[in-house]
Amino acid sequence: MIGPRPAAYWQVAPLVAVLAGFVVFPLGAIVVASFWDYENYRLVPTFVLRNYAELFASHVTYVTYLHTILLAALAWACTLLLGFTVAYFLAFHVRTTIWRTVLFLLCTIPFWTSNIIRMIAWIPFLGRHGIVNSVLLATGLIGQPLEFLLFSDFAVVLAFVHLYTLFMVVPIFNSMMRIDRSLIEAAADGGATPWRVVREIVVPLSKPGMAIGSVFVVSLVMGDFVTVRLMGGGKSAAVGLMLANSLSLLQYPQAAAGAVVLLVVVLGIVGTILTMVDVRKEL
Amino acid sequence: MTDERRTPGGDDTKLTSRAPRVTRRAWLAGAAGAAFSASTLGRAPVVWAQRIKDVTLRQVGTGVSNINEIAQKVKEDLGLTLAMTALDSDAVVQRTVTQPRSYDIADIEYWMAKKVVPTGVLQPLDTSKIKLFDKMVPVFITGKLTPSSPVAQGTAPHTVEFVDGADSARFAKAPTRWATMIPTIYNADTLGIRPDLVKRKIESWTELLNPEFKGKASILNIPSIGIMDAAMVCEAAGRVKYVDKGNMTREEIDKTIATMIEAKKAGQFRAFWKTFDESVNLMASGEVVIQSMWSPAVTAVRAKGIPCFYAPLKEGYRAWAGGLGVAKHLTGLQRDAAYEYINWYLSGWVGAFLNRQGYYSAVLDTARQKMDPAEWDYWMEGKPAAKDIVDPFGKKIEAKGAVRDGGSFSERMGRVSCWNSVMDEDRYMVGKWNEFIAA
Repeated sequence: MIGPRPAAYWQVAPLVAVLAGFVVFPLGAIVVASFWDYENYRLVPTFVLRNYAELFASHVTYVTYLHTILLAALAWACTLLLGFTVAYFLAFHVRTTIWRTVLFLLCTIPFWTSNIIRMIAWIPFLGRHGIVNSVLLATGLIGQPLEFLLFSDFAVVLAFVHLYTLFMVVPIFNSMMRIDRSLIEAAADGGATPWRVVREIVVPLSKPGMAIGSVFVVSLVMGDFVTVRLMGGGKSAAVGLMLANSLSLLQYPQAAAGAVVLLVVVLGIVGTILTMVDVRKEL
Repeated sequence: MTDERRTPGGDDTKLTSRAPRVTRRAWLAGAAGAAFSASTLGRAPVVWAQRIKDVTLRQVGTGVSNINEIAQKVKEDLGLTLAMTALDSDAVVQRTVTQPRSYDIADIEYWMAKKVVPTGVLQPLDTSKIKLFDKMVPVFITGKLTPSSPVAQGTAPHTVEFVDGADSARFAKAPTRWATMIPTIYNADTLGIRPDLVKRKIESWTELLNPEFKGKASILNIPSIGIMDAAMVCEAAGRVKYVDKGNMTREEIDKTIATMIEAKKAGQFRAFWKTFDESVNLMASGEVVIQSMWSPAVTAVRAKGIPCFYAPLKEGYRAWAGGLGVAKHLTGLQRDAAYEYINWYLSGWVGAFLNRQGYYSAVLDTARQKMDPAEWDYWMEGKPAAKDIVDPFGKKIEAKGAVRDGGSFSERMGRVSCWNSVMDEDRYMVGKWNEFIAA
């Protein structure tokens, strides 16, 4: 067996140093802190399993995880469907590069303002006296304002879809652009309907893009707390929010234990996605 | 460095071992003298005034009193620079405890003091250096507004106002010379309502859970404050009987939270809020018609031309108070500047500034001198405004003839039922509160 040349080690050294210093070390610190005890804001460096025991003993944890996973699943399904459709349109229906660029820029419009401003802007739109309710009331479609539009799970998922669809569009588009057009022509010549082309050629070959997009969306949603707090009106539970609460109450070891569990769960989900699809095809 | 200049020649080992001790002592005496003269003369001597100009004090606190106008005025009057950071309540506690070197002045509330002081990050303050300490509203010293008034439940400020000694972090039972913080601000809080949407009189805390307002109520999500509002509601509704709302037993906490969870599941609450702005938006947009609110938030809603009423309720008010603490690491000139700043704070200008927003100042006499008689009558005496009432930023907030919601100072502060609290079962309560939020 021939090992890599010594120079190769030097080449990866900077990356290793950065990852060790800024990822491995902080994560290690969090894992260590999760076994510490705390007492009136003082951290007690010992080894206790109390933080994990409290976490797993509380039914709030399970309810919160279920709710977060539900939010993530809904956001994932919606962004995947939307992302695939948009990417398909961009890849197969828009012919010129200029138009593609223009339309891509349009997709990035939601990112031209800050996350917080975008979320606050939903309030006059979806609120009890907001635009949507006013229009529906004026047209006589509803007699009472729809309350579920704002400060609800619906609002949270809507904001997620608005925020994260682009993270699906880009990798799926990238996969689609690599599909050999002659494959599609051959299928069409062989008598395949457009729908069958999508099902048997486009979808299978875009899977790496879908997987990458899914990893983005799922990990972003699982760790989110700002969107859930603002769009859910502070009433919705989410794992990220639970961690933020512990942090603000200075219960660092508890927050650290929560973070470790969340990390394991998210890594599990990401791992599952990656075993289902060979993402390296993309690279 | 000064040491080396003063001891020319001689061998090096002697210089480092002996010489500095002498000169440092001499320097300390000089510094103490300067500090003494500054605090006794009141008007700073020229030398002092120039040195204090170089001082920057970093202040951390809630948005309530971290206002740029105060920093500008202190620069004008004393010359010192005040660098302010405003954070939400939980973040302030976190910052003061975990990063004690990141600030010089802690502008915190008294319930926070109960958490912060025992960690030893603040230094006890010598009340003999606070010129107006004897003019302080007695609520902070004895817990009573007048000699006959009762002491309210909860973390009453006087219970965490004093420590045993100059190096102590243990609360004293009776007043001592050493204060944890110097009081600056306080107020009585109640429910805010939208009279145009509620359309009737609201006279009890129970109304927060009245099914009439299903999906249109809100409560604040800061555990130490929210639990007190919840307790006021549960007690008024007869759902829970408390021995001491400010220091509940586990059973009382369980019952309170169970009542709140039941209401939440029934869809009573539209949202929970954590910051001042959120409460203003909820009310102004009409998403919520009845909620826990802070006095200036009511003013802010009205300033938008939207009716909002700070309802005096028959069960009384939930009160809070704040003050200025000094970080442990402050010494010498910086500490003297901190004392100077605190003395300036109580000397009237800031008091008037706070009173004009609907808060109350710790020393009333000096604030009164800086207020117009018509303003004083409106804010403090509960009399109809003799002229248009303007907030400290110059915006008209009430027309001539208006009366303050809840009335005069003594009607409002005299009817305090409990203070914002940190309980013995704090950790248990916070866990339960989070269950309510997640339910």
